Amino acid sequence: MDTDIQQQPQSNDNSEQGYPAAKKERNDILIECVDLSLYYGDKRALIDVNLDIPRHCIAAFIGPSGCGKSTLLRCMNRLNDLVEGVTIAGTIKIDGVDIYHPNYDVTSLRRNVGMVFQKSNPFPKSIYDNIAYGPRIGGITKKSQLDEIVQRSLHRSALWEEVKDRLDDSALGLSGGQQQRLCIARAIAVEPKVILMDEPCSALDPISTEKIEDLMILLKENYTILVVTHNMQQAARVSDYTVFMLLGKVIEFDLTDNIFQNPSQKETEAYIGGRFG
Amino acid sequence: MRDFWKSGDPYAWLTGAALVFSLLMVGGLLLLIITKGLGFFWPSRVVVITLKDGSKYMGQEAGSEFIPTPEARDSAKKYRIRLKIGNRDIYGLDFKWTNNDEIATTTYPPDALVIERTEWGNMYGFITAIKDGEKTLGVQDASTDMLKTLLPENKKLRKKITAIEKDDLGGISTQIEQLRLQLNTLEKEGKQSQTQRVKSDIEALEKRYNDKELTLVKLKQSLGAIHVVIRSVDGMVKELPMGSVVRVYEPNNMGVPAKTGVYVSKFWEFILEQPREANTEGGVFPAIFGTVFMVLVMSIVVMPFGVLAAVYLKEYARQGLMVKIVRICVNNLAGVPSMVFGVFGLGFFIYGIGGTIDVLFFKSSLPTPTFGTGGVLWASLTLTLLTLPVVIVSTEEGLAAVPQDIKYGSLSLGANRFETLIHIIIPAAMPGILTGLILAIARAAGEVAPLMLTGVVKLAPSLPIDTNFPFVHLERKFMHLGFHIYDVGFQSPNVEAAKPMVYMTTFLLIVIVVFLNLTAIRIRNHLKKKYTSSVF
Repeated sequence: MDTDIQQQPQSNDNSEQGYPAAKKERNDILIECVDLSLYYGDKRALIDVNLDIPRHCIAAFIGPSGCGKSTLLRCMNRLNDLVEGVTIAGTIKIDGVDIYHPNYDVTSLRRNVGMVFQKSNPFPKSIYDNIAYGPRIGGITKKSQLDEIVQRSLHRSALWEEVKDRLDDSALGLSGGQQQRLCIARAIAVEPKVILMDEPCSALDPISTEKIEDLMILLKENYTILVVTHNMQQAARVSDYTVFMLLGKVIEFDLTDNIFQNPSQKETEAYIGGRFG
Repeated sequence: MRDFWKSGDPYAWLTGAALVFSLLMVGGLLLLIITKGLGFFWPSRVVVITLKDGSKYMGQEAGSEFIPTPEARDSAKKYRIRLKIGNRDIYGLDFKWTNNDEIATTTYPPDALVIERTEWGNMYGFITAIKDGEKTLGVQDASTDMLKTLLPENKKLRKKITAIEKDDLGGISTQIEQLRLQLNTLEKEGKQSQTQRVKSDIEALEKRYNDKELTLVKLKQSLGAIHVVIRSVDGMVKELPMGSVVRVYEPNNMGVPAKTGVYVSKFWEFILEQPREANTEGGVFPAIFGTVFMVLVMSIVVMPFGVLAAVYLKEYARQGLMVKIVRICVNNLAGVPSMVFGVFGLGFFIYGIGGTIDVLFFKSSLPTPTFGTGGVLWASLTLTLLTLPVVIVSTEEGLAAVPQDIKYGSLSLGANRFETLIHIIIPAAMPGILTGLILAIARAAGEVAPLMLTGVVKLAPSLPIDTNFPFVHLERKFMHLGFHIYDVGFQSPNVEAAKPMVYMTTFLLIVIVVFLNLTAIRIRNHLKKKYTSSVF
């Protein structure tokens, strides 16, 4: 552990060398975390996180429970603001804009950064209203426009064929996998740049999981996806980059192939090899 | 035996027994009320008894009881019967107890007549003639049929009279009253031209009032012209003005269908008509109306207040010591005796707010209070306070039952907290909120004590809603079924005769509470189905 503590500031200083992913072109970087720390009261849950995530990729966050993956994810759309006693140091820039700037409009951030949760959480409304909810909040009232958005979002989330005849039925009548895809459709209905997925498949059967994974790869064309997962195979299957976290720190951030086949840190190797976590 | 105790079954039996016991008590209560109340309208036979001393009594049987005589053998047991002899204007009392060993003969004359009147209770006797002034229109049997044909006309006439008295005369006199007050202020300010105009307006109205009154007098005369001559069983003859006859029937001469007809008509009268004779006869419509109206006003006020307060406590307030204290206070408020709320309503709403409203807006009619006295608005507001804790607590529970995930889902789509609240959380918490409403209605509809201080009366001259502008009169006093029960059962001059009425009114109150609750429950179930279908 000693080496780890010494290495951390070192990698901060020259992050561009430390994280190969950051070697991409500067203007390809969408999300930049700079010395991000987060405290729950006195407890430090994230420690000096530095990440540069490029556009149109899938970045997977892996690590043992409680390492801060979900917390980091929720920093991206400032959902942690709602938790009492949370303070944040450092900053996150999305498209070069500091989202923690005091004058920054949180609701517009959340329109840019959509989120899909661990447990599917459709609103107790019809399928149509679920997807139209975001656009309506955004001020779109024209029926034809909403129809188009709903249809497009459902197409993109590969749900259209299954629900096109029952758009007015309650979303709660859908199966678990369909509900999760509905949540994805709902998230993309507001045209975000980034979609955060917090263990989106952990409550689903393998077939639904496969559908969601296929969907993620399709969505990569238009969106940047950050996904937290406990399923190592899933991370290996779908992601372009993988972030390995431990005890609130980013231990390693690299191309997925490198992480899984040739990890540079011994903790990563141990975790992926199943020796702890 | 030990195995039996160890198996845990006895405890299951215990819980089951407790449930059965509770159900039996509730069922017994309902059964008692229904049996005592619903029989009230059934036209029972009219019996004529001749006592051994030669005196005769006529009336409807109204129960019997044994006289405890310890030394007598079973065969010689004495009992006494109670007869409703009516004719209060002749005898002075409604009931007569007679021991069975004093009775010589009992007969059921087929032409015995029961006449329900607008005053002095029922009359029992035989019809001898119908007179129009000095002219005799019919005698004996023919007159019974004639009487029956005359009754509908009679009823129409009486309705017309009430309509004129209530709507026309009432409306005109309120207008005159308002103009007078206006006149007073104008004269004080010395505005000559306007004073003249108002004066002529008043004169025109007064002319209309007098015209109406004239037609009223004519109607009343035509109602009083025809007399029914009735002979009671002991030979006394009484001339009844036709106008005072409400219903006539010969129970000894009727089969079950005809009796059912009378039953139904009396039942509807009970529900739809005004009370007569210090509430012991007639209907309870004003009380039904007052109860429902007050509960509705209460619901309309309590829902927004309670829901908003609960939303603040649950969603916005910083959870800490302060909120905890507030919660404890709210919960304790639900346990404060209702009379305390009544006193508060009297002091704060009626004298405080009502008095101020009078000084500010109804100065011209002072010292007669308008809002500074009990009224349906103040009673509703007092009950609002009473039921507020219930609504707050269940709304908070409803809000707590909304999954956090949904809330985060809405926020992550760019909705702010208020939009999330309005579009997602409140609809999802609606079943809980409506549960609060149901509990509030149940509590409010059954509450009487605070109302006695804040505006309930034994006889309200007019309903809180009528055809006179501004149609809804929240300052008016009102009648309430709960208070009606108390009044009829314990305060009326004729408690004994009114007893079945008490049971019937109780039954009605229960029906209304159940109905109001069922309505709310149906809405809640509808919403529940809409918002929480199965997940997997």
